Formats: sequence, C-alpha cells, structure tokens
Amino acid sequence: MSQQTIKQSDFTPIQYTEAETEKIVGESTSYWKDAWRRFKKNKLAIGGVIIIILLAVMSLAGPYMTEYNYYENDLINANQSPSAEHWFGTDNLGRDMFARTWEGAKISLFIGLTAAIIDLIIGVIWGSVSGYIGGRVDEIMMRIADILSALPYLLVVILLMVVMPQGLWTLILAMTITGWINMARIVRGEVMRLKNEEYVLAAKSLGASTTRIIARHLVPNMLGPILVTLTLTVPSAIFTEAFLSFLGLGVPAPLASWGTMTSDGLASLRYYPYQLFFPAFFISLTMLAFNVVGDGLRDAFDPKDKR
Amino acid sequence: MSKSKEKLVEVRNLKKHFKVGRKQILKAVDGLTFDIYKGETFGLVGESGSGKSTAGRTIMRLYDATEGQVMFKGKSVHGKKTKDELKELNQNMQMIFQDPYASLNPRMTVMDIIAEGLDIHGLVKTKEERQRKVNELLKIVGLNEEHANRYPHEFSGGQRQRIGIARALAVEPEFIVADEPISALDVSIQAQVVNLLKRLQEERGLTYLFIAHDLSMVRHISDRVGVMYLGKMMEIAPSDKLYTSPLHPYTRALLSAVPIPDPEVERKRERIQIKGELPSPINPPSGCVFRTRCPFAKDVCAKEVPAFAEYRDGQWAACHMHDERFKEHFKSDLEKIQ
Amino acid sequence: MKKVLEVKDLSVSFHTYGGEVQAVRGVSFDLYEGETLAIVGESGSGKSVTAQSIMQLIAQPPGEYKSGSIILDGEDLLKKTEAEMQHIRGQEIGMVFQDPMTSLNPTMTIGKQIAEGLIKHQKLSRQEAYERAIELLHLVGIPNPEKRIKQYPHEFSGGMRQRAMIAIALSCNPKILIADEPTTALDVTIQAQILDLLKRLQKEMNTAIIIITHDLGVVANIADRVAVMYGGKIVETGEVDDIFYHPKHPYTWGLLASMPKLNEIKEELQSIPGTPPDLKAPPKGCPFVTRCPYAMKVCDEHMPPYTNVRNKQQTACWLLDERAPKVEPPAHIMAGGLTNDE
Repeated sequence: MSQQTIKQSDFTPIQYTEAETEKIVGESTSYWKDAWRRFKKNKLAIGGVIIIILLAVMSLAGPYMTEYNYYENDLINANQSPSAEHWFGTDNLGRDMFARTWEGAKISLFIGLTAAIIDLIIGVIWGSVSGYIGGRVDEIMMRIADILSALPYLLVVILLMVVMPQGLWTLILAMTITGWINMARIVRGEVMRLKNEEYVLAAKSLGASTTRIIARHLVPNMLGPILVTLTLTVPSAIFTEAFLSFLGLGVPAPLASWGTMTSDGLASLRYYPYQLFFPAFFISLTMLAFNVVGDGLRDAFDPKDKR
Repeated sequence: MSKSKEKLVEVRNLKKHFKVGRKQILKAVDGLTFDIYKGETFGLVGESGSGKSTAGRTIMRLYDATEGQVMFKGKSVHGKKTKDELKELNQNMQMIFQDPYASLNPRMTVMDIIAEGLDIHGLVKTKEERQRKVNELLKIVGLNEEHANRYPHEFSGGQRQRIGIARALAVEPEFIVADEPISALDVSIQAQVVNLLKRLQEERGLTYLFIAHDLSMVRHISDRVGVMYLGKMMEIAPSDKLYTSPLHPYTRALLSAVPIPDPEVERKRERIQIKGELPSPINPPSGCVFRTRCPFAKDVCAKEVPAFAEYRDGQWAACHMHDERFKEHFKSDLEKIQ
Repeated sequence: MKKVLEVKDLSVSFHTYGGEVQAVRGVSFDLYEGETLAIVGESGSGKSVTAQSIMQLIAQPPGEYKSGSIILDGEDLLKKTEAEMQHIRGQEIGMVFQDPMTSLNPTMTIGKQIAEGLIKHQKLSRQEAYERAIELLHLVGIPNPEKRIKQYPHEFSGGMRQRAMIAIALSCNPKILIADEPTTALDVTIQAQILDLLKRLQKEMNTAIIIITHDLGVVANIADRVAVMYGGKIVETGEVDDIFYHPKHPYTWGLLASMPKLNEIKEELQSIPGTPPDLKAPPKGCPFVTRCPYAMKVCDEHMPPYTNVRNKQQTACWLLDERAPKVEPPAHIMAGGLTNDE
C-alpha cells in the first residue's frame, strides 16, 4: 500500500447514518422471482418447456395440417412408408399416421393433464386436512390412502373396465383412483412440517384464524413442491395411459392415443417399424420434457447451494 | 428491583405432558408456579430439555395445558373463550421467537408481516394508515421504510429479529414472551436486541417473560430469574441474589459453568462440576429430579420431592438442603458452600 | 516454540447465484506447538471457512482458493491432491465439528468409527484398533468404554457424542486439532466439561489446537492466543491477555463491551450498531468502517496495515497511525466495567 497517497486530511472522522449502516444492497427479490431467475438459467428445463408448448400446439394444429383425417380407412394405401403424401406413413388400415399422431397427442396430453389436475385437487384437500388436523383424523385418512395404494393396481383397473364402458373417462378414473395418494402424502408432509414453523406459531399468537393460516402461511410455502409433483404426475399419467392401452384397455377405436398406436405398431414391427417409432418417440419425448421441467422446477424452488 | 407488586401473570401448578408413542408420557413442564409482576422482566433459564420453551408456549396458549392454570390480569388464559375474549388475549399477549430465520414467513414482504396483527384485529382502516403504522414500527426497531417491501431472506439475523419485535409490537401488547430471542444471534447483535427490548420496556411499560439458556444475558435483562430443570422450577430469585447467593446446587453449578470473558478470572476460577448429563424427561428420577447429578445428594433426595418454598426474602427454591427438617443431613455441605 | 502450521495470505471465495462471496480475504497466521489459538468472529466473518480450508474441506465448486498457502511441515496443503489430503486428515490434523450428531455416521458403531482411522492411517490390526478405541474413549472420559464402543451415535447424548468426536479426531495423535465451534450446540454445564477435557488432553498430548468460536467466554477459558476476524479479515491478533486487557481495535472493543459479564451488573450493554458487511461487495477499506464510531475518511478507501502493538499483538486499524487523532478506548474496557459512553 502506498503511504504517499494517504494525506493528513484523510484522517478526519466521518459519520455513518443509521440508514447507511442498515442498508441492504441488491434489488429486492421475491421467492417467485428468484425461482424464475434460477429456472431461466437451466437450459435443459427451458428446452423442455419449449417442447411441451410445441407438442401442445401441434396436438391442436397438427390434424389440420394434412388433408387426411385420423379415422378414415383407406385399405388400398395401407402400410405405406412415410412420404410426401403421408408424412408419417399410414397404418394397417391405411389411416394417416400424421393425423393420428397429433390426434393421439391431444388425447394423451388431455388424459395426462386431467389426471394430474384431479390428483392435485383431491390430494391437496385430503393431504392438508389430514396434516393440519392431525391425530385420529390423520390416522384414519392416511390408513384409507394406504389401503387404496395396497390394492393390486391392475386388478382394480381391469375390474373397473369390466364394470364401466371402455372410454376416456373410465381411463382417467382408473388412473386417479390411486394417483392422488402421492400428492396427498406430499401435501400432508409439507403441512405437518410447516404447521410447526415459528412463523405459523407467530400468526397463531396474533390470533389468526385457521383459514388465514392455511391461505396466507401454508399454501404459499408449499406451492413449490406441489408444482413439482404436478409436473411429474403428467408424464407418469401419460405413461400409464400408454401402458393400459398397450394391454388393450385403452381408448376404443377409432380414437387414437399414443398408447393404442404403439400397441398397433408393435404387431407390424418387423415390416413397418415406423408405425411403432412415431408414437413411441413422442411418448418418450413428452415424458422427457415433463421430467426435465419437473427437475428444473425442483432445483429452482429448492436450490441446494443457495447461500 | 421489581417495579410493582401488581401481578400481571399468575402461573399455578402448570403442567404440560406430551404423549410419546403409545404409553410413555413426556413431562415437559411438571408443576410450575410463579407470578410475573407488571412492568418487570422475568427470566426463565434452563438447559435444553428443561421445558422452558414449552412453558412459554403453554403460557401463550400455543399449547393446551395438561393441568394447572395461567391467569392474565386475573382471568384464566386456557379453556373455552368467546371471540372477544380471545381477541383481547391475543392483543395483550405477544411472542418473540428464537429463530429469526424461521419466524418470518419467507413468502411475505416485511410490510405484510408487520401488518398481520393490524389486519387480523382490524386496527387500521385504510391502506395509507396501514403503511404509516408499519413505517412507524420499522422506525421504532431501527429500520426504515425502504425495508418495508423487501422479503425476510434479504435481511441479516439481527434485522430479522427486530422485524419480529415490530410484528409483536403492532398490536400494542402489555405482555411479551420472548422465547430465546437472542440465542441465534451474534454477540454484538445480541446487545442491540437486548437494548432495544429494554428501551421498549421503559417507553411502553411492557412486561417480559424472557426465556434463555444464557445465564449472563438473562441476569443482565431480568429483574427476577427462575431456573428450570427437567420440567420443574429449581429456584426463583431476584437476579442479583441469584448470582451472589444461589440456594439451589443446580443454580450454583450452572453459574459456575458459564465462562466469563476475562482470562484472569477464568484461570483463578474454581468450578463446581456436575456429573453426567440430563436424565430422560420420560423417566425422571424419583424425589428431586436433580439428585442424579447433584454433588450433595442424600438418601432423602430420592425418597421425597422437595417442596418449593421461600427460604430467603423473595428467594424460592426446591431443595432439601435448606429445609429445616433435613438440615442435619447437609450440615457439612452447607458449611462448605459458605 | 516450534511452528507447526503457517497460513499465508489465504483468500477463499464462493461462487453463488448472487455473485462471488469473498468469505476469506487475505488471512495469515501461525500456529505453534502445544498452544491454543482461538479464532473469534461473528457469523460470516470467515472463521469457519478458514478452518475448513486448512483441512481442505471446501467443496470446489462453489468454493475456490483464490490465493495463499497453508504450510504444514514445509509443504503447501493447498497444492496437495485429494488422496494426499486424506492421509493428512486424521493423521496430521484432526477436526471436531459443531454438531456432533451430523458429524458422526449414524449407521456405524462408535467403535468402528474410531477404529477405521486407526486401521487406515496407523496400519493397526482390527483387534489392536478396537483396543486402542477403548483406550481413547476412556481417555475422553466416557464411562464403560467396552460397552460403549458397540453402540451407535443415537445412543449417545450430545456431550458424549462430542467426546466421541474428540476421540476420533485425536485417535492418530495429530499435531493439530481444529475445533470448529465445538461447544456451541451444547449446554453450559456440558460445555464446561468439554473445555476441561480439551485442556487436559492438550497437556497430555501436546497438541496444537485451533478453536473457532464466537463466545469470548470460551476464548478466555481456553485460549493462549487470539485472532479476531471480521468481514473475512483478521483485524487484531495477540496473546489472550493483551486482547482482553489491552485491545486496540474498535471492533474488539465493541465485542468486549457487548458481552454481559456474569460477575458484574450494569444498566446498558454497549452494542455495535448496524450489520456486518455483505461479502459479495466487500468494502474497499476497513471492513468495520460503517459500524465504527471512530471511522475516518481513510478507513473508507484503504485497508489499514497491521501495526505491531506489543508482544505478539498486531492490529489493523488506522487509529494506530501517527497522523490519526488520539482516541482513548472506552473507559469500561480498561476498568473492566461497562458503561454507556454514547
């Protein structure tokens, strides 16, 4: 350090005001802003979001991009390879695969999202009631959930299919019958953790009502994990749909879902592999996209190396 | 040192038991009796597991009492209450928490946190009034209005603790339970918070129940101090007496264990070592709960629970050593202490 | 006295979302055989990072060693590979952490955790290692060591766990023991037991101890020498009596004044106003400037050099410059009594 640059006059006392000593540098950020900033930096997750948006747009616009529709048979042109005429080829009944793929996307995404939303509603209500009240009520509610999840899943679904007409809503019901349990468990865990936080006790000692505590203190603090679970429920619902369709329990013909298409495509795998490739590819892509988005959200909401 | 003889809070044989598993019962608080006078600071000390925090929370109605009573201004705090009674209690009794990181909702702005009590009790009519009131409170605790729209994570520990104090002050309470308000803070910041609490007490005539494990800080801020061990009160004394002439062997051991920031004193000091560690509160020792670690324990200590009695002016203790009936047994020990 | 460790100009940063946090900014100190050096400071002062740097426990990333060297036996620890460091940890330097629960492995018996290091570093046989483990537990004052070595950490109380940690840290007779807030998580009565234990073991084994703490009471109890850290720098260092009875840095004054003393009564504690600096944007000059009642223009711009005060006491403060106005430290520091001199 150069002593020359320091002058006698530098040794005059200075005063800092309280505002300066208490000053906080940096711009004010809310939790959501902060999470979004971290999410934005995650290129993979942003890629996932773009893919999901593209898939959603195509599921609506795709069927109109070709002159063929998804249900009309054209046996003369059956089993054609992808070409300028039929972009993804045709299936064994001569139906246009491109139209069917996007029609299938519509159904698969619809099933995935609907199942996830139903899970969300039941799970959040069940989980927060169980967690907040606790004690006996909690025990009974959680045992019910345990019993449900202990039932052999496939058996339940097959029984359901026997009793109810095969169709979209039966499929959704089959998926949500046990699907909400995961969400309920997560919400219950969050509620039980949060309800003993000191800020909740502080609100209680200020005289806050239960509704106020849940709405202002619990829900905002568990939105992160809920959102993550929701994002991860969608691909698993899509996969379950594909799996059930594959077993022949899916949506009835002529409706198409990626699951039924995979199932059909498998039959002619040796000669016309593209019939399996397209639906399988899009199932994988969708699952991958939702999973990276879910992981990205988890990292954004709960950063490990945040200091 | 106590400022008046008007009782604000009366605690009578307060018990709080928790069920652990199917059959076991954890007696976190097991029969506390003491008064807090208006305008004083009552310090409650004890090591972890002594039940001091549970006692504070039960007094605050955050837990239901298993047995016993807490009276605030002559009215029972527990039991069924009408809406108005509850409102009055919630406004009059407030709490400051230990962990400045956990006691503020991370999703709310400082403005909303401080105004929560105002909102709940409808103490402000307009948005401007709310803002003005919050700014006023921020100023009282040494912060300013620029801080109002920030989120808790942007503040340091000491600043957060002051926000917590502002939140409690918003409803203008008479009585504040401060549950280890400084244990999580750095020393230089501890002094800030303690001085702030003292200043507020003078300005507003507040009454505190100050819970801590740090004897030196408790002694500094309190008029009277209660020492807890395994859910029971071992000794209550005016804070100067507690240091100069403690009655209970546990108090003595506790005082002698606190390191004093003076190397010379530390080198010369002789410690009363207490053996071993805290027994389980699920299965506390019979008779006097401290006897397993007490250097003076005699047969009688295992047989009979010592009575909590006033042995000197204002100085209460639960120890057979000072009981007329058993003084004989402790003759040599008492001489040693003198 | 022999020098066992030399830390020179150590700087450590952490890269976070919010920017680079300069946790330690040019810290130098020596450690001598058989002495106890206390590093005191508040949270965020860089004291724990300094200790972890010696053991090379800083994860990289987000951590980064910006500069400096840590010399043990003529070799720079910062240049060692992970494999070499594993040999030094435990063997040459032992460490005890703040939270004895999380620093012990819950799935292994205490005996195994002690024996592991002995088998690895000292090449003892299994049987010898377990015998030595029993000896060590006995040494740190755990009753029934034969029975205790077969137990798991959750069967130990907090104080017992910390004793077990100390046994592990000392199992290979290290030259240096680093204790990072070893008593902070414990109750006072247990704290007193652990401090006594450390002092006794040091006498028996002639280990040099670095103790990291924020509690001046602990410092007064155990330390021979003290380094006071603030804002990532050592602002004052010296022998324990000099730091307590002749402190020269306003921060040390403030620290001493803000501690209540059990043996004295006073009306008001002297507090240090404001908050510690944000080390993402550390001040150019003295880190204490915004909270210092004696701040001068120069403090804002230039970091003060270390001035030799007495014995081994060194203080980084512009008040010690001959051009500075003469400032008497607050009377209560010297008198031992605390008054509010505002």
